[in-house]
Amino acid sequence: MSTATEFIISALIVLGALFVLLGSVGLARLPDFFMRLHGPTKATTMGVGATLLASAIYFSVQDSEGVSLHELAPLFFLFITAPVTAYLLAKAALHRRSDGRSSRQPAQASEHEPRQH
Amino acid sequence: MLNAAIEVAFVLIAAALALNIYRLLVGPDTTDRILALDTLGINSIALLVLYGISSNSTAYFEVALLLALLGFVGTVALCKYLLRGDISE
Repeated sequence: MSTATEFIISALIVLGALFVLLGSVGLARLPDFFMRLHGPTKATTMGVGATLLASAIYFSVQDSEGVSLHELAPLFFLFITAPVTAYLLAKAALHRRSDGRSSRQPAQASEHEPRQH
Repeated sequence: MLNAAIEVAFVLIAAALALNIYRLLVGPDTTDRILALDTLGINSIALLVLYGISSNSTAYFEVALLLALLGFVGTVALCKYLLRGDISE
């Protein structure tokens, strides 16, 4: 393995791990659910994508059997399913919020309802 | 250089997993917990792939694909349950 290849793989690994951490920091720190949805679905997907790409390059260079394409299956699967997951979660959260079943909603609803009558 | 990068990445992803578990425990809503579980699965895929590189073994990609698949199906099932009160219609 040449130094340039090793540098590219190392950079992709560190970049991927940083993006994974960034997505999780967003998940833990942002104040609202719809803001929290951004971190894991965008930053984390890119982080895992970079890590899988690094793995693909590493095993392509390492093995003498040629290009390693095993990693591309989970890569494409994650890239296709991340928006679907985000859409369904946002839909579920909106549904719960409009239903008043969210954990914050009932207290507000019970405060406001008596004033209307 | 590669070994140092893998060590650093292990630490970063472990911190990310800890943050996911924090969100999983704290909530506050069910959708937050589902999102935290989904992210936990995706981050464990990254951890698994890194372990595959560090142990120089190609046996972990099928596991990674399986984890991605099961995580997606689980998240979709939980979302459908929240939306409809039932998983299959």
